[in-house]
Amino acid sequence: MSAQSFPRFPATPHPGYVASAAAAGTRAGLASQNTLYDGTTSRRETEAGTGAHLMDRMQIRRIREYLLFTLLRLAAFVNIFALFGVCAFLLWNGLSALSWEFLTEAPRNSMTEGGIFPCIVGTALLALGSLGVSLPLGVASAVYLHEYAGASRFARSIRLGVNNLAGVPSIVFGLFGMSFFVIACGFGISLLSGLLTLAVLTLPVIIGTTEEALRQVPVTLREASLALGATQSRTIVRVVLPAALPGILTGGILGLARAAGETAAIMFTGAVFFSRKEVDSLFSPVMALSNHIYVLATSGTDIDKTRPLQYGTALVLVLLVLGMNLVAVILRDRLQQRRRR
Amino acid sequence: MPVASLRRETAVRRILAVIAGCSLLFLGMIMLFLFIEGLPLFSTVSVSDFLSGMFWYPTSEPPEFGIFPMLVASCAVTLTASAFAIPLGVMTAVWLTEVARPGVRRICKPLIEMTAALPSVVIGFFGMVVAAPLLQDLFDLDSGLNLFTASLMLAFMSVPTICSVAEDALFAVPASLRAASLALGATRRETTVRVVIPAAFSGIGTACMLGMSRSIGETMVVLMTAGGAGILPGSLFDPVRPIPSVIAAETAEASFRGEHYRALFAVGIVLFLFTLAFNLAARHISEKNSAGGR
Repeated sequence: MSAQSFPRFPATPHPGYVASAAAAGTRAGLASQNTLYDGTTSRRETEAGTGAHLMDRMQIRRIREYLLFTLLRLAAFVNIFALFGVCAFLLWNGLSALSWEFLTEAPRNSMTEGGIFPCIVGTALLALGSLGVSLPLGVASAVYLHEYAGASRFARSIRLGVNNLAGVPSIVFGLFGMSFFVIACGFGISLLSGLLTLAVLTLPVIIGTTEEALRQVPVTLREASLALGATQSRTIVRVVLPAALPGILTGGILGLARAAGETAAIMFTGAVFFSRKEVDSLFSPVMALSNHIYVLATSGTDIDKTRPLQYGTALVLVLLVLGMNLVAVILRDRLQQRRRR
Repeated sequence: MPVASLRRETAVRRILAVIAGCSLLFLGMIMLFLFIEGLPLFSTVSVSDFLSGMFWYPTSEPPEFGIFPMLVASCAVTLTASAFAIPLGVMTAVWLTEVARPGVRRICKPLIEMTAALPSVVIGFFGMVVAAPLLQDLFDLDSGLNLFTASLMLAFMSVPTICSVAEDALFAVPASLRAASLALGATRRETTVRVVIPAAFSGIGTACMLGMSRSIGETMVVLMTAGGAGILPGSLFDPVRPIPSVIAAETAEASFRGEHYRALFAVGIVLFLFTLAFNLAARHISEKNSAGGR
């Protein structure tokens, strides 16, 4: 293919410019491949063609770059727009439902009036409780994997297990929680069953983020501590963990947010749509925001009439979860800035 | 080192090893309990009837446990969602690593990650009250709760997963490769398309697998937006009933260790195996690459 076969473009762009450039796209692609990888062709063309031809080809390549990058920007924009769209929609519809009473009162009149206070308490208990179990387990696992095990076979199989655990659908965690914690252990549908199921579910998140945090701690710190005569366990407790603490906290917050937003895993293990009783022990069932939205929106009494309640509950849940994520993101960002300095 | 302290070190190491083994134990227990509760079903229903049966009437007399329409529905929903999510996710990842300026990137990356944190029940709710009526009017449908709506919402959920894994892969491509390509006179587009993306190809493949695994296992979204009709979908706009929604909708009502209960656990086994296959495939792709050491 020779340079002469390209359509000529005027030096100054006119309205049909971009369209004809796109039409010439495929041929230009082939030509630029020639220039890039085949030195002889390129030289021959340079000798044969005039400077104007080269200009044209460069312009075509620039236009193709511009088109692709625009497409990529558009894709990113769609994503971010979707996030803002959902949030704006919830804010728009949910803000009017939010009030002090909505946040502090129990539901009334077979769930069609009143507030969501028990759901907020339930979600908080479930999420914090699950973190209380998964954080120690997760941090200890990550410490073992990163500080002790290295690349041994046992460590490899644990990593495989963690990866696959992260991929198990939440509804399967729900089934497991029901058959194991609710029935086999005899905890019943209760706070305890729910939070243990959530703890298993968030464990991979904690392990992943903690390992990442440990990886960021410079080896020199460990070596310095060991050289001063500290044992390995002392080094970890006194030097490595404090240095990794912000990263571990970030992971903890992410795990908390994940647990708070989860529905399918607690549907049959811990959450009930309505409980008259106060939550007074680990064995009482709880109400949860996520489950509340689902039941109100799909099978509650008078779905249309309770729409404002649904919007309000969804808004509270999203604010809670995204708020926690924002804290985690800012924490992580600060960390990266500090490290760069 | 004193003997006592040495002994303590060994003890610490052992305790940590036991705790680390918990993840493996949990995974094993999930499998064990699914199989204990689900497998007895196959003493009354054959595996082939279960997988290829067209009807799911768990409470009629005699009950029928055929999950073929659900399998088809799950695959259809996942593939349709991936058709949106994979291009969008990968393109966003390429934008983040190759195009966006560092300042923009620092803001946009957490924003996209935050999309992953949106609770699935909220996305399902959004699909029900916003997307479904909108699509119903747009395409003049009987019901907005259908395969297409569910796929769209699933795509929204799986884009951040795909994006962040693909982004890691693209980010890991050495800067020297880019520099070499640019120094040879290639434009940034040519560098991106011919050098960076091929170098990160296996990571992008892993990202797609993980995204699909996320879509197929997602429960609340399909439960709330797919329409819930246990039929074989004839078009993109038919209501369907994917696997996770059946489990979520019926488990609360099934009597303990009855046939229905066992059937739901058997369905759970199928779902578990599906996601396990996707995850192992994802791992295989990424490991083959790192071991190959190009």
